[in-house]
Amino acid sequence: MIRSTAAEMAAKLVAGEVTSVALTQAHLDRIASVDTDVHAFLHVDTEGALAQAAAIDAKRAKGEKLSPLAGVPLALKDVMAQKGIPTTCGSKILEGWRPPYDSTVVANLKKNDIVILGKTNMDEFAMGSSTENSAYGPTHNPWDLTRIPGGSGGGSSAALAAFEAPLAIGTDTGGSIRQPAAVTGTVGVKPTYGGVSRFGLVAFSSSLDQAGPCARTVLDAALLHEAIAGHDPKDSTSINAPVPQVVTAAKSGDVKGMKIGVVKELNGDGYQAGVRARFEESLELLAKAGAEIVEVSAPNFEYALAAYYLIAPSECSSNLARFDAMRYGLRVGDVDGASAESVMNLTREVGFGKEVKRRIILGTYALSSGYYDAYYGSAQKVRTLITQDFTSAFAKADVLVSPTCPTTAFKIGEKANDPLAMYLNDIATIPVNMAGIGGMSLPSGLADEDDLPVGFQIMSPVMKDERMYSVGAALEAALLSKWGAPLLDKAPVLGGAK
Amino acid sequence: MSSLSRDDVAKLAGLARIEMSEEELVALSNEFTVILDAVARVQEVAGADVEATSHPLPLRNVFRADVVVPSLTPQEALSGAPAQEEQRFRVPQILGEE
Repeated sequence: MIRSTAAEMAAKLVAGEVTSVALTQAHLDRIASVDTDVHAFLHVDTEGALAQAAAIDAKRAKGEKLSPLAGVPLALKDVMAQKGIPTTCGSKILEGWRPPYDSTVVANLKKNDIVILGKTNMDEFAMGSSTENSAYGPTHNPWDLTRIPGGSGGGSSAALAAFEAPLAIGTDTGGSIRQPAAVTGTVGVKPTYGGVSRFGLVAFSSSLDQAGPCARTVLDAALLHEAIAGHDPKDSTSINAPVPQVVTAAKSGDVKGMKIGVVKELNGDGYQAGVRARFEESLELLAKAGAEIVEVSAPNFEYALAAYYLIAPSECSSNLARFDAMRYGLRVGDVDGASAESVMNLTREVGFGKEVKRRIILGTYALSSGYYDAYYGSAQKVRTLITQDFTSAFAKADVLVSPTCPTTAFKIGEKANDPLAMYLNDIATIPVNMAGIGGMSLPSGLADEDDLPVGFQIMSPVMKDERMYSVGAALEAALLSKWGAPLLDKAPVLGGAK
Repeated sequence: MSSLSRDDVAKLAGLARIEMSEEELVALSNEFTVILDAVARVQEVAGADVEATSHPLPLRNVFRADVVVPSLTPQEALSGAPAQEEQRFRVPQILGEE
């Protein structure tokens, strides 16, 4: 039952073949049996999830009209505030904090009767590409437990790949939904910036952060997308327009006559051979399905990584100033006569990990007087150039495509001491965040050299999210008929004799 | 080549309100030489004729009707407080003695 898609689970719930309580319990059992190995969860809300499921079953028994995903369980990234449930962002500074309110994403999940199983592991404050920066220890990739599940949303992607949940929520600032999806053989979508409310999403880089759906199929992602998206008066950057028709697009999967632009700069040198082979193969399948493949150029993308590592740290240095030990979270050194400043200094020293401190210091430098124009100011100009590159590329193509990441999952510890090597993971995902457009990653197969999943990235213009779902669904269907079974069937069996 | 000395890092850490050990200051100073070189590449294309973009959307102020809506109770607002007193956040001394 746990290996079904969310859409199949929903259909069984509607048909009365299973209850939400039984479905939720099956996932809780799975978590109990495999999560000691995977470590996808930081907190499992057994009681709350079962209570929510029972309430949904009762509503259904009464014949109430329920939403399409009602009763289906989900894993929530620990960056989302959920009332009364520990929310740590993978940081010691928030250990034990229980938010007094729900984020809008959580409120929407509850409104749609989606059962929240618990909170998933992540790089501290979403800064990282491997989940190794979590203060609570790394998450392991279900394809190979010695490898990273991507980051920052490695807990959400691993939970899906390990069949601990059929749906998950991620957030994507530079690729934190798409890169974990790519390296775990799952689907992850970063909607258009402003498409999903940021209220209650603990801010890292406010002009880049975007929450989105994670799932095992394109249709499941679309169903979750529609459940969480929409205008929110509590987020001043929320777009006040109808949600793109992503479910319809995912169901049709029609690409006939669509122009698919291959971004010349996001392929080639630095991309693993097996990643490139799977990418070429996917292009052929899309051409066979009736799409026209064209090449586009985005010359300024090569500066995206540099600009990102100025903009994101600058915004983070400002956003994380709120962790000042005064109103909530950790407080260290509050002895008689200690000043507020010394308490702040000591608390932030103990509460933040290495990467968070590195980025706060970098951001403080980039914003400091005398260096502002050279660093932050220049990065903002690069942001303009990248957006212009997208505008010209979208004049020639309906969607753009690339491999999601240059490589498959690397070993835990392999890049932990080389920040620049780690940052390179996001080279193909970052441009999307800079321009605020939509991006999806879906599995395109296994790399020949290491039998690990490879991701295919689809990018769509602002509020044209439905286009990436059409292309994603078409490619997914073509690959499925080629493979004969979902890619995750090839993953090793977890929870065996230990 | 850009670089940050150990003392530069110490000054930034002070501004960012993070106490740092000698070891951390030296390690960050070394890392920054490499990181700053990498990020300084933005200057290659950031000409005077290029406009800056601070945000993907055209930002404007958003207002709502001036009506009272429920908010957190004092108890909820204080629920995560490291210390509290008389329904207020209790904080360490902010001003000097004199």
